[in-house]
Amino acid sequence: MNKILVFAESKNNEFKSPAFEVVSAGIFLAEKLNFEFSVITVSNAGEDQLKSLGKFGAKEIFSINLEELNSLSGKPGIKYSHSAIASVISNFAKDNGYGIIIISGTAFGKEIAPCVSVKTGYSIVTDIVDLSGIESKMVKRPSYAGKCYTQVKINTDNYVLTIRPNVFKASENPSEPSINKFEAGKLNISGIDFKSCVSEVVVSSGKLDVAEADVIVSGGRGLRGPEHFHLVEELAAALGAATGASRAVVDAGWRPHGEQVGQTGKTVSPSLYVACGISGAIQHLAGMSSSKYIVAINKDKDAPIFQVADYGIVGDVFEILPALTLEINKLKS
Amino acid sequence: MKIAVCVSLVPDSTTKVKVAQTGNEIDDAGVTYIINPYDEFAVEEAVQLKEKNGGEVTVISYGLDKSKEAIKKAYQMGADKGILIKSSSKYFDSYVVARNLADVLKELNPDIIFFGKQSIDFDGSVVPIMTAEILGLPSVNVVTKLEINGNDASAEREIEGGKEIVKFSLPAIIGAQKGLNNPRYPNLKSIMASKSKPIEERQPAYDTNNTEITEMKLPDAKGQGKIFTNGISDVPELVRLLREEAKTI
Repeated sequence: MNKILVFAESKNNEFKSPAFEVVSAGIFLAEKLNFEFSVITVSNAGEDQLKSLGKFGAKEIFSINLEELNSLSGKPGIKYSHSAIASVISNFAKDNGYGIIIISGTAFGKEIAPCVSVKTGYSIVTDIVDLSGIESKMVKRPSYAGKCYTQVKINTDNYVLTIRPNVFKASENPSEPSINKFEAGKLNISGIDFKSCVSEVVVSSGKLDVAEADVIVSGGRGLRGPEHFHLVEELAAALGAATGASRAVVDAGWRPHGEQVGQTGKTVSPSLYVACGISGAIQHLAGMSSSKYIVAINKDKDAPIFQVADYGIVGDVFEILPALTLEINKLKS
Repeated sequence: MKIAVCVSLVPDSTTKVKVAQTGNEIDDAGVTYIINPYDEFAVEEAVQLKEKNGGEVTVISYGLDKSKEAIKKAYQMGADKGILIKSSSKYFDSYVVARNLADVLKELNPDIIFFGKQSIDFDGSVVPIMTAEILGLPSVNVVTKLEINGNDASAEREIEGGKEIVKFSLPAIIGAQKGLNNPRYPNLKSIMASKSKPIEERQPAYDTNNTEITEMKLPDAKGQGKIFTNGISDVPELVRLLREEAKTI
């Protein structure tokens, strides 16, 4: 009999969709495999916040207090340590017989999961988009930024999985969770587990990130210069969307790299992706073609972007973007 | 300063992926292989450190014989020595790579080790951190800025909608993200010199894969979309479709 441990990530002591999605994935796995599952958290979240995980079906929650954990570091003023949190998850899993660990493939999750894999000696598969073959230890993940999908067979009894954010929808499944406070001191953690420590988290202007957004409006060379990107930003604002960019405009220095969508940027799968003045180089298509709906606006009717678009207008972005923003704002008011 | 960089060889990002007859790997025909683009940032950072502090840059790759091309590219950018850990099979999982790299790194005992944050073929993004954990070293991945002061280091790491400032001490493993620096273009002289520079070959000590790829598939082809050609006058219809048909706004 194996057990599943789900790591629910918190941000500023709140649980958000990545946490709810892994809980849903945990339930899915637990039912498929007929295994027990528990949730582990490392945060300063209060009881109410922890209970929010119950809304998505968490029944048994082990909560490790972050401040208490940090106090074991012997270093003052640290926010958190990826390596120490990885030790917490690994030691808790090993001590309590959890052979399957699920972590969200966020920036945070990607930093801790490989560490958990080595510490536990469990194998690892990252960025999973389909768990339906888990009874035969088969999982599906994209490769080449989404140009293809691979079925991966796991050959070990125990394993760590990271799941791609925004793919497994968090489904409500209310339950009254039992919240068990677990002392970090009982997990054999010491100063050497704090190999690297985050001293500061800097938020860039509160903008929505393409990796987290459900709607993305991206601009490319067709905008002709960074001074015209306000057209993209205005449409994004009207749609409540994140702003993205093609590699060409990032390399030209028009937009920051954090906005780049594609093979050397971010791979995204929002509900709606609006490509403005983007021709659709193969690297860009790889990074966004798994979006649910794609809208393309481009003056070249033969641009490859139209081959993946669900809807499109052949025309001038300088005319169409303001008209589209106006039309959407009208609708919303 | 003793500096190491781990690199891999990957299909060029312009590659149109086709699945091979075997059904679980890509068709190599017509594919151009290049150094993993993120590894270029790693090599550049290593060479800049050497230029500043003196020392030596050793490049290590795990892979088939053709992975020497990635090492040669690093030579062209200013790396001094190269080691290929030669895999006998085409497929190897990330643990196999990390474990074999760790063996060589342990022996080299560098002051700092660079990787690209992920390779653009399997996009696993796990080898740098796994290698660090096997060696018991600190690691920071997705790094866009690095400052070193004696044995203390500070890195900026890209996260969703911002960055983390991470403190650690050397030796450590750094995973380079685009933005860390601007990789140099090799000049003709360095390209010529790289051709005759030797690459040491090693045999892997560990080759048990914990995972394997059983099938590779292209995404389902999309049907023809609704593309309008009347410009601005099509905007209301587009908005109607997004609202009523796609239900996304």
